[in-house]
Amino acid sequence: MLAAFLRSDFLYLFVRRPMVVAAFAVTLAVVGGAVLAPWIAPTNPYDLASFSLIDGLKPPVWAAGGDPRFLLGTDDQGRDMVSSILYGARLSLVIGVSAMAIASVLGVGLGLAAGYFGGRLDALVMRIADIQLALPAILTALLIDGVSRGILPPSAQQDLRVFVLILAIALSLWVNFARTARASTFVERNREYVQAAIIMGQHPLRIMAVHILPNILGPLLVIMTVDLAAAILLEATLSFLGIGLPASSPSLGTLIRIGMQFLLSGEWWILWMPTAFLVALVVAINVLGDFLRDVFNPRLR
Amino acid sequence: MTYFILKRLVQSVFVMLAVAFLAFALFRFVGDPISQMTGVETAVEDRERLREELGLNDPFVVQFARFTGDLVRGDFGYSYRTRQPIGEMLLSRIPATLELGTVALLISLIVGIPAGIYTALRPRGAITQSILIATLVGVSIPTFVIGIFLIFLFGVYLGWLPTFGRGGTVQIGWWRSSLFTLDGWRALILPAITLGVYQLTLTMRLVRAEMMEVMRTDYIRFAAARGVPWRSLHYRHALGNTMIPVITIIGLQFGGVIAFSIVTESVFQWPGMGLLFLESIRFVDIPVMGVYLVVIAFFFVLINLIVDMLYLAIDPRLRVREAA
Repeated sequence: MLAAFLRSDFLYLFVRRPMVVAAFAVTLAVVGGAVLAPWIAPTNPYDLASFSLIDGLKPPVWAAGGDPRFLLGTDDQGRDMVSSILYGARLSLVIGVSAMAIASVLGVGLGLAAGYFGGRLDALVMRIADIQLALPAILTALLIDGVSRGILPPSAQQDLRVFVLILAIALSLWVNFARTARASTFVERNREYVQAAIIMGQHPLRIMAVHILPNILGPLLVIMTVDLAAAILLEATLSFLGIGLPASSPSLGTLIRIGMQFLLSGEWWILWMPTAFLVALVVAINVLGDFLRDVFNPRLR
Repeated sequence: MTYFILKRLVQSVFVMLAVAFLAFALFRFVGDPISQMTGVETAVEDRERLREELGLNDPFVVQFARFTGDLVRGDFGYSYRTRQPIGEMLLSRIPATLELGTVALLISLIVGIPAGIYTALRPRGAITQSILIATLVGVSIPTFVIGIFLIFLFGVYLGWLPTFGRGGTVQIGWWRSSLFTLDGWRALILPAITLGVYQLTLTMRLVRAEMMEVMRTDYIRFAAARGVPWRSLHYRHALGNTMIPVITIIGLQFGGVIAFSIVTESVFQWPGMGLLFLESIRFVDIPVMGVYLVVIAFFFVLINLIVDMLYLAIDPRLRVREAA
């Protein structure tokens, strides 16, 4: 497996494009930092005892008045920005990855079934997909969020916030997966190996999972990368609008919303540090997605 | 042709009914309307009386029919939060959003179409490559970050433009417009750019893909072989066929503009429909959420109808097929 990977032109194409290598490095660094946040972050931003108001509004180290303890400065509560950002990225990534995972399982499952069985099921799934495609993802996510506020009891809302967000984002992103999976399944379904499997009397579920799925993974992988970026952006946008995660457990979007309050007062680092972090992460993931698209679509090379 | 239009109209009515049903279900089943309208101290008998008066005990179908009838007559009900008629609230907000959206769309088309054509005709040029990288970055930067950056640069650092609100407005009937004063334009330009950037990248990429597709077709190659000058080949033969899908783009982008106007309006405190919708979500103001949905769906359907008609007018093949 590894040998086959090393022999393929994937690695060659990868190394040949410095921008892609850089994007990969950025993604790896952010993900690493987020995963290891509890061990590498200087302080714990959720622990009220670990920071004090005396350290409030310190600029980054390199600016005048910077404190060597706070690499990127502190916010008005005295929280270390590095720690806030690492923990924030952790939340953003957890929500983004979970939403993308749910969306892909749901979308690929429905797309495979629609493409394989065709007929009424296909018509139904694609009709729903069409309707949802007309509604932009932000609107869908906002609606689901709004409805959840009406249905859930207020006491449960804080605890379930993360799950509501994941669900709202997943339900607004599954369409891409469904459409891609369906289109590729349509093509594969008429290939000889699938026909042979059908004649051999294999179960449709087995044919879909074992035979068709591995052969349509390429385009799905591209969608996964692009949608991961979209999910992270969507979460950041919702949190920025003030209906995502609360300030007590801030994601990157929440941090940016908090930073907005300091836009006019000169404490630029509180706003721009998380913003730069978010943009770098999303740009990096999108560059990787673009690269994967080129690799899996030899026609464009 | 009449048949085609009629078919589309009937389809549109069904879409609107479905959306109205969604709004009705929201209103009826998400939380209890009665407990929203009354306080804790309201007696149980009073609640029951109110329930009966409002017709909430009637059969489901009757209630839905009444709800739809009210919507058609323009009676949108009352907001839970402000107790004002929703119709009036929306009417005062619609002009702001429409003006913002239209200007943003114009920016995206005026810059996006030429850029798309240029990058399609010179696919290997240095300018094309930098434009393409810029669009990749443009897609990755969230709308609100673009807004914050513009506020910071032009509002705070340079101090040239206002950072929130609509600026000077002129009242024309019920329509409050910011298009007729310099102050209004100064307030409009930053939100419009913020909203337009993402649409701009989409327009450009679509026009580019479409143009490259057309340039590969046989009739263009034949025209080139025949010695038609490049200028005429590009701008007369190819461009005409590229432009047909652009109409669809405009129709599709309208949805994006409406959705992202929620974000833009929040960043710039622009008093439009998006801000109203956001407030209604924050305060669980279900009737306003429902009506917003219905109004947006209505705009969608209307735009799609117009796009279909335009197709019919522009593309002779469609007319012939429909006549046959």
